[in-house]
Amino acid sequence: MIDILNGLVLIGLLVSALFIVRCRDLLSAAISFGIFSFLLSLEFYILQAPDVAIAEAGIGAGLTTAIFIVAIRGTTRWEGVRE
Amino acid sequence: MSMSKIVRAAACVLLPFILVFGFYIVMHGHLTPGGGFQGGAVIATGFVLLMAAFSYDSITARLSKSSLTGGETLGLLLFIVTAAVALGLGGTFFGNWLANSGAIFGTPVAFGANPGNLNTAGVIPIMNLAVGIEVLGGLSVILLYMLSGVHEEVA
Repeated sequence: MIDILNGLVLIGLLVSALFIVRCRDLLSAAISFGIFSFLLSLEFYILQAPDVAIAEAGIGAGLTTAIFIVAIRGTTRWEGVRE
Repeated sequence: MSMSKIVRAAACVLLPFILVFGFYIVMHGHLTPGGGFQGGAVIATGFVLLMAAFSYDSITARLSKSSLTGGETLGLLLFIVTAAVALGLGGTFFGNWLANSGAIFGTPVAFGANPGNLNTAGVIPIMNLAVGIEVLGGLSVILLYMLSGVHEEVA
């Protein structure tokens, strides 16, 4: 059971990492990064490191995503577009 | 420049739950996984959510940079004073002068397997609280300074 969940989380990590690299919409990429961090914290929890999982969920999924969203607010939303 | 009404309402609804959860992680740092850094990061996530949702002016009307840096300084001072009091009481630096003393956080730990008592561990919960305040101030002030730069760019 835990192996199936582990495999699903790893596949989700790969898919969300691919989204982060390929998305032209930077806001979608930032949200994908939040999902990536959340799945990574889930993986830490499965590997029995709940301490690291809380830190990853707080810093990765919360703070870093908010910092990226604030940065996108100051620049443009689409990659490669010049104003 | 603030975000849409949905984002603002969701941030307002989520904030108290995030704060309570973060404070729980800080105060149970000596019993369960987590501690000062993790709990402070979770509380800072709540404040950062508020900062991302609302405009810079409405944030700085309630929450100033000096109060956040003051909280950071207060946390560091509480940490070092708690560690230095042990020297004054004749122990070593960072000595646990509150453990088993009967005062706050001074209850002796029960022998054997037990669910854990919050009122134990001496100075460790106090230092967890200090680190929590310090991390909260530090991480929040990073985003507040970044938001002020974006604000000047837009205006």
